[in-house]
Amino acid sequence: MNTKSKISGLLKDNIENFLFVLPAFAIFCVFYIYPFTNMIYISFQDWIGIGPMHFVGLQNYKELMGDKLWWDSIWHAGYITLFALCFQNPLAFALALACDREIRLKRFYRVVFFIAPVLSEVVVGLIWNWILNPETQNGQHIGLLNHFLYASGFPQLVHDWLGDPKTALTTIAIVNSWKGFGWGFIILLAGLQTIDKQLYEAAKIDGAGAWKTFTNVTIPMMLPVILVVMILTILGCMQVFVLILTLVNEGLVNHTDVPVTRIFSAMQNTNRFGYACAEAVVFGIILVSISFLTKKLSDKAKQA
Amino acid sequence: MKTNRYFLWGMAKSTLIHIFLMTVALTCLFPLFWMIRCAFMTNATVFVDQSLIPHHLNFGNFAIAWTKGNFAVFFLNSVIYTVSVVTGIVFISSLAAYSFSRLKFPGKNIIFYMFVGAMMIPLPGSFVALFVLMTKLHLINTRFGYILCMINVGLSMSILIFKTFFDKMPHELEDAARIDGCGKFGIWWNMAMPFARPAIAVIVIFNSLNVWNEYILSTLLLGDSNLMPLQRGLVVFQGANSTDYPVLMAGLTMAAIPIIMVYLFMQKHIVKGLSSGEVLG
Amino acid sequence: MFKIKLKLCSCLILVFMAGCTQAPKPSNKILLWHWMTDRNDTFLKLAQQYQKETGIQVTVELFAPSDSYSQKIIAAAQASVLPDIYGILDKKTIASDFIQAGFVADLTGDMQANGEAWENSLFDKALADKRFDTNNTYGVKAGIYGVPIDVSNEQMIYNKKLLSKAGIKTPPLTFDEFIKDAQALRRVGVTPFVSGWGELWLLDCFASNYAFNIMGEEKVFDTFRGKVKYTDPDWIKVLNVFVELRDKGVLIDGIVTKGNKYSEQDFALERAAFAFNGSWCVNVYHDMNPDLDYGVIPPPPISTAYPLKIWGSAGSTFVVNAASPNKDKAIAFLKWLTAAQQQAVLARETNNLPSNKEALSTISPILGEFAKGMDQSTHPNMWPLNEDPSVSEVFDRGIQAIIIGEKTPEQVAQEVQIIKDRQMAKGN
Repeated sequence: MNTKSKISGLLKDNIENFLFVLPAFAIFCVFYIYPFTNMIYISFQDWIGIGPMHFVGLQNYKELMGDKLWWDSIWHAGYITLFALCFQNPLAFALALACDREIRLKRFYRVVFFIAPVLSEVVVGLIWNWILNPETQNGQHIGLLNHFLYASGFPQLVHDWLGDPKTALTTIAIVNSWKGFGWGFIILLAGLQTIDKQLYEAAKIDGAGAWKTFTNVTIPMMLPVILVVMILTILGCMQVFVLILTLVNEGLVNHTDVPVTRIFSAMQNTNRFGYACAEAVVFGIILVSISFLTKKLSDKAKQA
Repeated sequence: MKTNRYFLWGMAKSTLIHIFLMTVALTCLFPLFWMIRCAFMTNATVFVDQSLIPHHLNFGNFAIAWTKGNFAVFFLNSVIYTVSVVTGIVFISSLAAYSFSRLKFPGKNIIFYMFVGAMMIPLPGSFVALFVLMTKLHLINTRFGYILCMINVGLSMSILIFKTFFDKMPHELEDAARIDGCGKFGIWWNMAMPFARPAIAVIVIFNSLNVWNEYILSTLLLGDSNLMPLQRGLVVFQGANSTDYPVLMAGLTMAAIPIIMVYLFMQKHIVKGLSSGEVLG
Repeated sequence: MFKIKLKLCSCLILVFMAGCTQAPKPSNKILLWHWMTDRNDTFLKLAQQYQKETGIQVTVELFAPSDSYSQKIIAAAQASVLPDIYGILDKKTIASDFIQAGFVADLTGDMQANGEAWENSLFDKALADKRFDTNNTYGVKAGIYGVPIDVSNEQMIYNKKLLSKAGIKTPPLTFDEFIKDAQALRRVGVTPFVSGWGELWLLDCFASNYAFNIMGEEKVFDTFRGKVKYTDPDWIKVLNVFVELRDKGVLIDGIVTKGNKYSEQDFALERAAFAFNGSWCVNVYHDMNPDLDYGVIPPPPISTAYPLKIWGSAGSTFVVNAASPNKDKAIAFLKWLTAAQQQAVLARETNNLPSNKEALSTISPILGEFAKGMDQSTHPNMWPLNEDPSVSEVFDRGIQAIIIGEKTPEQVAQEVQIIKDRQMAKGN
């Protein structure tokens, strides 16, 4: 009698607990799992989007492994991501630190720094195209950046920023970082504000200077937040797409290709749905691996 | 004397910090300012007139954007979608996250990692499958179908954020609620949700922004123009070839206002709630 | 707690059922999906007028930009919920697949009724967009499957004021003259040439024009068939056109990342003397700079061996859903839409070339200059076959690489040929 009621009690418990998850899981199955399995199915086919599909097995994947343009695009996205990790996030952190103190205009800054992510892609594209415009008219530089460089005595630095393979990707990375630091700023600021003030006071009593406080109090307490920001940055930057379109249209030869532009090119320009889906699957695997690695590294850092 | 020097050094530091902050702030304000400025010009002058404040202020563009872009309908739709999707996400994802964090059932970890993995695996070629599925379910060209789809878009990240928050919830709070006679649902509603207010604020901001700016899925899944959100209204000014820039900027300005207001309202909660000693992450 | 859950679930189900739509029945309504933002207002107006005249309600829905529209059409085809009238924006191979899947009505009968009345009222080259000849390579039964509602072509445009500033009295008639003009323009500080070559199709168009000029269309088609290699000296000559343009300083800075919208801005704001663009630009220039004084010429030929043919065909074509219960009503509407009177309205309000020959007399002078080029026009949709898109992509990217000085024509030709060989081996 006892074990039976225990088992049925356990069953009822499990069902109850699962019910909490049910709405989310149901929606997830319909809107993600089903298209996901469909995508994997298509990745084994040769299909132009309409009409019959032809099963080709692993051929798409084999071709993908040898596709130099694809792996270059992964590297390009990786470059933009690394740039963001090295510049965008430290900038966000510095801004958050600066705003953490009780300074005037704190609320003003909090609002202003979030404007960039809120701005429509259209506006961002128009502005930056204007700033980076390489043309001249009647001897005047049309682009704001070139105009500024010329006027402030650096004419030798005037350049076609987006049109030169050496500078195009870095320029895109800079614009991407400018657009993205607002998110990191918010999350980091929120994290900073939760560090117990008593810890800071204890450090002061111990005679720690600003740097020591930073390394011994701030950083360790902020590690989980920094990890979240890092992963979100990586996922966001690797999937960059609309920004590329607005800055360099279909791209500077292949120097500004990123994985998502390759996938869309396969779908729209060459009408190869199967290949596009194979690219998406491989891309997904890469992203999962990167996230997994990042988490493992941060776990190690936490233990240290 | 020593205090004077200390005071001066403090002043210099804070001035430098302010210069740093102001410079970055200006780079963010410039596009906003430019967008509003263009909204007051005409197509013929918008790229020619280089002055900071246009010589002739053309107020008509806002009215044109409102009527020509059929803003009233699209605005209302966007509000409906944003409110329903965000409400839906907050409830559905917090329920799920609570279960992942505090309750046990077989397969819990697998399902959780599926959600997290979904954030990382994009589905670019999925629009055909999605469209066919929605048609079969008779959800195509309905508000409900679009709302469900958008809820899914924000689920993974919201669940992750909620779960990390619930993980930090002290067990004493839970025990106290249980003693008071709350079931699992009661604990979630009475204890966990108020505790997670800053997380709710972050999720509201993130998802409001996503839904408000969403365009591709709405074009795909909705047919009648009176179901379309605001971004569709803005498309009207971006002709296949000819773009009416000033009217477009006026439209974009009007579209940006509500979302900035949501942010202004919500960001207070992030900091206030978090100050009670929890860490996001 | 369970009671609350039950209530929630039943609420959800009720809302779910309320959201259901009903299946369409044949009626006096036809549904039209289009992507042309500029013409939405005019379409709505014409639809209202049609309803007054015939009592048939035409619902016009706009889905833009064209990429999103293409995706929606493909998805709708898979789900078998295409509207009564729509457009297929993709290549002709995709259109042929739509036809074979039964989504496109064969309009040959209607076109050729009454002594080919409808067919003769429209430009041949416009009809060619969705016309399939006998023994076509797509495996489609010969006939006309689409109704063109306008015509467009891509030509060179020149700014009269800037040209006279450089002392150029007449626009260039040969490529050599064009180069000399460009150098004269540079000497007075004017950028000679702008085009949206960040969009590969426009670059492909320009290259194709010169390919036809240098080697004749048969040799180009033979290259597509695989009988001629891209490393052939004639193709090197085509690629050398771009070397010449680059070395003589003809091209505007940043041309390979420039979208067409920005190149239109540049020409309208008189930042360049020549542009390569399509006839829709008339509308854009008029909006941005109504005082712009410009003329239209075909790209100046480099060779006298073969004629230089510009690309010109239907700008936009509508097809009728073969599975629609309102097929006949849809066809009647399209017939009305392409009648001279409605065409004149469209031409006047949207500044596009009409597809109806009669309406040609109503267009503005500058559009008339564009229209002149239709005689020497061709279009990939009219060719017996098209190049494999994977090969075209490498070819166009190769031209971009030449323009920025990264590769030589010989290198590009070799790379393209490698891809071509691979695609031919696949049996494509």
